[in-house]
Amino acid sequence: MTDQMIAPVRPETVDIDAAIGILKERFPDAVKDDTREGYGGVIVERGQLVEIATVMRDELGFDYLSSATAVDYLGIEDSMEMVYHAYRTTGGSPLVFKAQTPRENSSVPSLIDIWPGVDFQEREAYDLYGIAFPGHPNQKRILMWEGFNGHPMRKDWKEAYYEEEHKPFDSRWPKGMVRRAEELNVYGKNVEYPADFDLSRLSDDTESSLYAGMGLGVNVEALDNTDELKTDRLVVNLGPHHPSTHGVFRMVVTLNGETIETLEPVMGYLHRNHEQIGERNAWLYNMAFTDRLDYICSMSNNLGYALAVEQLMSRGMRYTPPTYRAEVIRVLMVELTRIVNHLWAIGFLLNDLGAFFTPALYAIAEREKILDFFEATAGSRLMCNYMRFGGVFKDLPERIHSTASLLNDKVRDFDTMQYITELITEALPRAVDELDRFLTDSEIVKTRTIGVGYLPAETAIAYSAAGPLLRGSGVAYDVRRAEPYSIYPELDFDVAVRYNGDIYDRYLIRIDEMRESLRILKQILPRLEHTKGESFFAGNKAVYMPRVALGEAYGRVENPKGELGYYVVSQGDPKGPQNPWRYHVRAPSFINLTALGQMCKGQKVADVVAILGSIDIVLGETDR
Amino acid sequence: MYGVGILKGLGVTIRHFFNTYVEDLRYVGKKLNSTQEFERRQGAGSSGIYTVQYPEEKIAVPERFRFVPFLVVEDDDHPERPGHDWCTACGICAKVCPPQCIWIVRMEDPVTKRPIPQPEAFFIDIDICMNCGFCAEFCPFDAIKMDHDYELADYDRTGVHIHDKDKLSKPFSYWRSIAPTTAWEEAVDRGGWEHIDIIKQKQKTGAPVAKPGAAWDSPYVPPIVPVKEEAPAEAAATGVPAAGAAEAATAATEMPVEDAAKEERRKKREAALARKHAKEQDGEG
Ligand code: SF4
Ligand code: SF4
Repeated sequence: MTDQMIAPVRPETVDIDAAIGILKERFPDAVKDDTREGYGGVIVERGQLVEIATVMRDELGFDYLSSATAVDYLGIEDSMEMVYHAYRTTGGSPLVFKAQTPRENSSVPSLIDIWPGVDFQEREAYDLYGIAFPGHPNQKRILMWEGFNGHPMRKDWKEAYYEEEHKPFDSRWPKGMVRRAEELNVYGKNVEYPADFDLSRLSDDTESSLYAGMGLGVNVEALDNTDELKTDRLVVNLGPHHPSTHGVFRMVVTLNGETIETLEPVMGYLHRNHEQIGERNAWLYNMAFTDRLDYICSMSNNLGYALAVEQLMSRGMRYTPPTYRAEVIRVLMVELTRIVNHLWAIGFLLNDLGAFFTPALYAIAEREKILDFFEATAGSRLMCNYMRFGGVFKDLPERIHSTASLLNDKVRDFDTMQYITELITEALPRAVDELDRFLTDSEIVKTRTIGVGYLPAETAIAYSAAGPLLRGSGVAYDVRRAEPYSIYPELDFDVAVRYNGDIYDRYLIRIDEMRESLRILKQILPRLEHTKGESFFAGNKAVYMPRVALGEAYGRVENPKGELGYYVVSQGDPKGPQNPWRYHVRAPSFINLTALGQMCKGQKVADVVAILGSIDIVLGETDR
Repeated sequence: MYGVGILKGLGVTIRHFFNTYVEDLRYVGKKLNSTQEFERRQGAGSSGIYTVQYPEEKIAVPERFRFVPFLVVEDDDHPERPGHDWCTACGICAKVCPPQCIWIVRMEDPVTKRPIPQPEAFFIDIDICMNCGFCAEFCPFDAIKMDHDYELADYDRTGVHIHDKDKLSKPFSYWRSIAPTTAWEEAVDRGGWEHIDIIKQKQKTGAPVAKPGAAWDSPYVPPIVPVKEEAPAEAAATGVPAAGAAEAATAATEMPVEDAAKEERRKKREAALARKHAKEQDGEG
C-alpha cells in the first residue's frame, strides 16, 4: 500500500556547509556566520533577505520552510531577530538563517513570495513581537485581538498577573504568602487599548462595521451595496463555537451561492501565551506544559521538547545521552500516540462528514485501551508528562494494576508486557482493519471525499504543510526518515504516501500510517524484552534544575499531526536562573491551516467542515 | 457494484451491535459484574461495549495515577512520633512546581529565629495545580505524594480550594494502601519503612531499622487498611480526614467484605437521599 521513499536526485544537492559557502560567495557583504556561542547557521543582512532566500530556494533546493519565528534579545544585544529553518523535502539538516532588526521600528522583509508558508508565522511575529513585514499582503494580528495593546512576547511586556521575571517565585518558600492570583489583578484596572483603537466600534453592530474593524478579507463595499440588485454573495461565520471546528476556531467564509469565494481562518480564542509562560518557567517545567499543546498527543509533544533541550545539554559538560531502554520506551509511547491520534482523527473526520459518532466511537474504543496503559505507566491518560531530559519518568510498571480504595471500585490486574503485546499484535490491528472495512469502500464516504479539498504537492510544500496533509499530496517527507532521531534509523518501516491530495487520501494515509506504526511497535516489543531491567534514565535521577549550555537548538519530531518543532534559546548568566530565553513551538496544526483557504476555494460550503477535519487540527496547539 | 461498500460497512455496525449482547448471553446466569468478568471485559482483547455505571461504580485507578498531592504524616499509632510530618520544609517541591501553587511556611525557633525543619503551614491551591507530579517526584523525603481522590468538585471555589496542611495531611499507611508497589520501592531506596531521618538516627544509635524485605517483613509495619470514602459533608465538617478514615477502616475490618460493601452502599444511598430532601426543602422554603 505504501511506497518506499524515493529521493529524487537534484543537481543542487550540496550539504549545508557547502550551501553556506555558496551563499557567502554570492553575497559576501550580506551573509555572515553566526559566531555566537552555541549558535549555528548564518546571519543575513535584512535588506537583501528576499534575494538571498530566493537563491536558497531556487538554486540550493531548500524548498520547505519549516519554521520562522522571532527572538527578542533585550538586554543582551538590544535587537530582535527573525530565525528561519529551511529544509529540503529530500531530507537532511536545516539551513538556519537569521535577520536582525533594531527593537524600535523593527521590520524584516516578508518572505511570503518565496515560501507562502510563512504567512501565519510572520503574522504571529508581528502580533506577538511587533515586527513589521513589508511585503506581507495581510499584516494584522492573528492570535490577539486588534484591541490588544502591546506585544506580549517582548521581553519587557508584563502579564496581568505578573509576579517576578522568573520562576520559582521567592514568595513561595520559606515564608509562603498564600494568595490567589486574581488578587494581583484587580479586574478592570489593567485594560488598555491601543491609541488608535476606536472604542465606539464595539457598540456599532451593523454588519459592515463588524467586518471592517476585524480586518478580515471580506469585501465590505459589496456588503453595503444596496443600490444594485442583490446577488447571493453572503458572509457566513463558521464557528467559533461549533462542534465541527474541533474547539474554538472560526472561519469567515464569503459565499457565492453555495460556492466558497474566500475563506479566512480566525484563531486565538484559546491563546494563553504559552511561549511567554514557557520563558518564565524553568526548563523542566515546560515538559508539563507541552502536554497541553496537542492534548491528544502529549507523549510525542514531550519527546520533541526533550530532544530540543537534550541538544542544548549535550553541548555542556556532564551530559549522558538517554539510555537505549529509554529510547525504546519513548518510541513505544510515541507510536502508540500516533495510533491514538489517527483513530481520533478518522473518527472525527467521519463526524464532520455527518456520520455522527458511530465511527468515532468505534475508533476511540481501542484508544481507551492505550490510554489505560498510559495511565498505569505515566499516571495520567492525557497529560502524560512522561519524558525527562535523559530518559523517561519511570520504567513500565510490572503490572497494570489497581487497588480498590473505595468499596465500589472495579479493580484490574494485568501483566504489562502481556497487555501491550496483545494490544499491539491483536487488538489494534483488528481495530484498524475494521475501520478500513467499515469506511474505505463506503460509497458515501467516497462521494463526499474524493476530489474534495485538493492540495497539489507543490502547493503543499510551498505552504509548509506537514504530516499527513503533506504526505497525502504525494510528498514522502517524514522527519523520522528525513532527519532521524531516537532509534528510528534501526527500525524498519516505510513512509506512507498517497498522491491525490484530497480528503480521501488524507484518510487513507492515516490508515496506512497506523499500519506502519504497528509494524514499528512489533519491532519494539522484542527490544523491550531485551532491555528489561536496564536503566531507563541516563545518570542517577532526573534533576529538577538541569544545567543547560548557552546557545540555540531546534528539536523536531514527526508528530501525528505533522512536524512539531521546538526552538529553544539558552542565554544569560550561566550561574543565574536557568530559564529558557526563548521557547518557541512550531505547531503543525497552526501552520497546516495556512493552506486551508487555498483548499477551500471553489468548494461547496458543506465541504469546508470536512476539509478542516481532514487537516486534523487541535486548538490547544494552534492557539498556544 | 454501487452500494456494496455501504453494505460492508453496515455489516461492521451490526456485528458491533450483536457483539455487545453475545457477551451478555454467553454469561447469562453468571454474575456479570464479578471481578474476573470486569477484568476480562476491560482487557486488551475485549470487544463489545461495557459500561461502568459511574458514579455508582468506579474503575479503580492504577497505582501511579496522579491527582492533587497530599502530605505524608506518620500514622496515629506510630510508636515514636504519631502524626508527625514527613515534610522537612526544604522547599524543593515549591521550587519545582510549574504553576507555583505550593506555599510553605518554614517553622522558626521563636527565640533564636533559626529555622526548624518542619512546615508550620503548607498550602496547595488545587485550582492551579496541574497534577504534573513533579513535587512528588523530586521531594527528597518522600513527604509529598500524588493522591488518587479525583472527586474534588465544589460549589464554591473561593472557600475550599486552597488546601491547608490539615486537609493535605494523610497517614503513611494511606499512601501504602493506594500505592503498595511504589511505596515499597521507595522504602527499599530509603533502606527502611520509616522516614529517612528516623532511619539515619536509628542507624547512628544502632537501633533496628524496619526493613522492607521481599515479604514485607518488618518489626513495624503500618497496617494496610482499606480507606473508605467519607461523605463530603462530614469531611468538610470534621476537617480531619485521617481520623475519619481510621474509623471507617476499623468498621471495614470487622465486617466481611461483601456485607461491608452492601452496608457502605446503603449508607451512601441514604446520605444522598437525605441531602436531596434537604435541598428540595430548601428550594421550597
Ligand atoms: S520537597 Fe518534600 S520535604 Fe521538601 S518541602 Fe516539599 S514536601 Fe516538604
Ligand atoms: S502536582 Fe505539579 S502543579 Fe501540582 S502541586 Fe505538585 S508540582 Fe505543583
